[in-house]
Amino acid sequence: MSRLLRPASRLVSSSIARPAARNAFQSFPRVPAIVQSRGYAKESGVKEYTVRDALNEALAEELELNPKVFILGEEVAQYNGAYKVTKGLLDRFGDKRVIDTPITESGFCGLAVGAALAGLHPVCEFMTFNFAMQAIDQIVNSAAKTHYMSGGIQPCNITFRGPNGFASGVAAQHSQDYSAWYGSIPGLKVVTPWSAEDAKGLLKAAIRDPNPVCVLENELLYGQSFPMSEAAQKDDFVIPFGKAKIERAGKDLTIVTLSRCVGQSLVAAEALKKKYGVEVEVINLRSIKPLDVEAIVKSVKKTHRLLAVESGFPAFGVGAELLALTMEYAFDYLDAPAQRITGAEVPTPYALKLEQMSFPDETLIENYAKKMLRL
Amino acid sequence: MLSRTLRTSRAAPLRVLSRGGYGVTKRAVTTDAASAHADKDAVPEEDDKPFQVHLSDESFETYELDPPPYTMETTKKELKQMYYDMVSVRRMEMAADRLYKEKKIRGFCHLSTGQEAVAVGIEHSLTKEDDIITAYRCHGFALMRGGTVKSIIGELLGRREGIAYGKGGSMHMFAKGFYGGNGIVGAQVPVGAGLAFAHQYNGNKNTTVALYGDGASNQGQVFEAFNMAKLWNLPILFGCENNKYGMGTAANRSSALTDYYKRGQYIPGLKVNGMDVLAVKAAVAYGKAHTVAGLGPLVLEYVTYRYGGHSMSDPGTTYRTREEIQRMRSTQDPIAGLKQKLLEWNVTTEEELKGIDQEARKAVDGEVAEAEKMEFPEATGKVLYEDIYVRGSEPQFMRGRTPDENYYY
Repeated sequence: MSRLLRPASRLVSSSIARPAARNAFQSFPRVPAIVQSRGYAKESGVKEYTVRDALNEALAEELELNPKVFILGEEVAQYNGAYKVTKGLLDRFGDKRVIDTPITESGFCGLAVGAALAGLHPVCEFMTFNFAMQAIDQIVNSAAKTHYMSGGIQPCNITFRGPNGFASGVAAQHSQDYSAWYGSIPGLKVVTPWSAEDAKGLLKAAIRDPNPVCVLENELLYGQSFPMSEAAQKDDFVIPFGKAKIERAGKDLTIVTLSRCVGQSLVAAEALKKKYGVEVEVINLRSIKPLDVEAIVKSVKKTHRLLAVESGFPAFGVGAELLALTMEYAFDYLDAPAQRITGAEVPTPYALKLEQMSFPDETLIENYAKKMLRL
Repeated sequence: MLSRTLRTSRAAPLRVLSRGGYGVTKRAVTTDAASAHADKDAVPEEDDKPFQVHLSDESFETYELDPPPYTMETTKKELKQMYYDMVSVRRMEMAADRLYKEKKIRGFCHLSTGQEAVAVGIEHSLTKEDDIITAYRCHGFALMRGGTVKSIIGELLGRREGIAYGKGGSMHMFAKGFYGGNGIVGAQVPVGAGLAFAHQYNGNKNTTVALYGDGASNQGQVFEAFNMAKLWNLPILFGCENNKYGMGTAANRSSALTDYYKRGQYIPGLKVNGMDVLAVKAAVAYGKAHTVAGLGPLVLEYVTYRYGGHSMSDPGTTYRTREEIQRMRSTQDPIAGLKQKLLEWNVTTEEELKGIDQEARKAVDGEVAEAEKMEFPEATGKVLYEDIYVRGSEPQFMRGRTPDENYYY
């Protein structure tokens, strides 16, 4: 009762009462199965989308739906985005909603957090999450912890987004994967889209979620095309957090993976089927905080083997977490120790051949899975 | 208080940003690369006999600082060397441009074409015991600090004999007295203050030049470095290379005050014509004397211009007009400007100058060709995992992508 009278929580409840924008978020628990189970193939009206276009559409729709949403970041407006994700948004929504900032990550991130505390819903774009390291204090200390520190009085509805992980030939300072960093912070939600549908649905859900959310995109996926179902093309399409997606069903081995490694794992799974007739199940985590432990356990019950595939540093990483969870919740169903494939423990080198040795690829996944299955 | 130089006639051409509707940025210092004067009868026969050059009175603007002398001493030899150096830097950057377009260079590649006078002018006023640190537009500085064209281009090509053994690429190059090559905007500035701190700590009579762009100038850590440098009187020359655009954003769209030389507030400032290598040299020499005399830091602003995009993936024409670029190239070019002076002052003949040009180009082209023949690093664990830690102090092993790829030292 008394809580409802507090000004900040009034703000939250009032925005829940808002029609379109909040309702979709609120309806998550009621619809996920439908959203999840739609297949592409049988459906008419499936369109090819690049991940870039999907993100762009998600941003445009949310800007359209909710006047509290705005985007700020380096080169997002006049330059149309360093990676063209925000292309056309300035023209469509004007410079009040799409804002170019100076190259001052700590400053504009802090400013965005402040705007969120005051009830706006900022989308804070980092040119890459490597540069967000300049601002990580604001993300962790100002955004993630405030709701708790205030005893629930002060929410912070903000979305941090941008490319994460290694790109091509950009060496050590521009190639880090922050999944494990942000994934370890209570108070943050962290999503890692792979396909165009993931990108659109997760970004929209992130903007609508009343908590701070990190959307860890991948530069190497921006130009990749995926089919987008008719449902996903609509402006009410959202993907619930904490629900992994089985991208490929199988019975012999579970590969749990995220972001770009999903595609690589699917290729490896196809090859394994072709060469050895084994069926590998590939689980796309979609969100790593919250993380869908249930989906992993269910799958391990079926396959009795688990391989985590990610491209971050191995030590204290997403793979390590997945293996620990498997030990905690699915040990009895395992026929063999769960294993992980990760990035190598090395600052990313520039030279191509060395870079290739530093990150998982399809062949490595295939060979390691083959070894695990003693094929 | 604000001791501007006296005769700031406001006639320089490059006053107004051509982007419509985004206001006007003042650049009161001239960017004329050929604005210095010398009495050609006073230019000696001998290559190494000093003579006087008079800089344009629009070469500097100052903030809480007396301007450097407008007269400087130089020699024919030095002028020719400066010319040779600028031609070399440009030729090397052009080679990088070509190699990138041939897809032999990966990732990011930020070229300094148009900004050569800054790197060359600074180097000619320092000794090898002084320090330089900069951001990712670092090829020219790496060359001036003693890196070879071969090793720099080799690095861009990701070769084993590159300046960072193929590990760093375009943005990360190091040499004696040159501390990179930092890829994080603004991060090099406090690190530069640390280099200066070490000079002070060790009692050296040396200075540190810490460079950053107009885009980076707004980073909080730049101001944190300013504060400590002034507080502790560190021998450092903060230097904003103002090329008018931080990536695709014009200076006046990113900075509340575009007088970058005034942004030290409590630190005296000096704005310099960064297209004139002589003005740069005079300013940095003056600044070095200032810091070495224990008078504390300065904030310099080198007014310059990059001809190309922010990086190779930016065409550089969406946020500024082609006419603006063309006008800078054709009327304010640092190399053409010095060339004009050298001929005007009879420092050299057209013939000799052509010789210098050819010599520089040939040397660069030769080294580029050698770089292209260099070997790639071997794709082995030994090469991949070397130098993560100081040799001999490594942990027992580093983890590979899978346990069977672990590398044991």
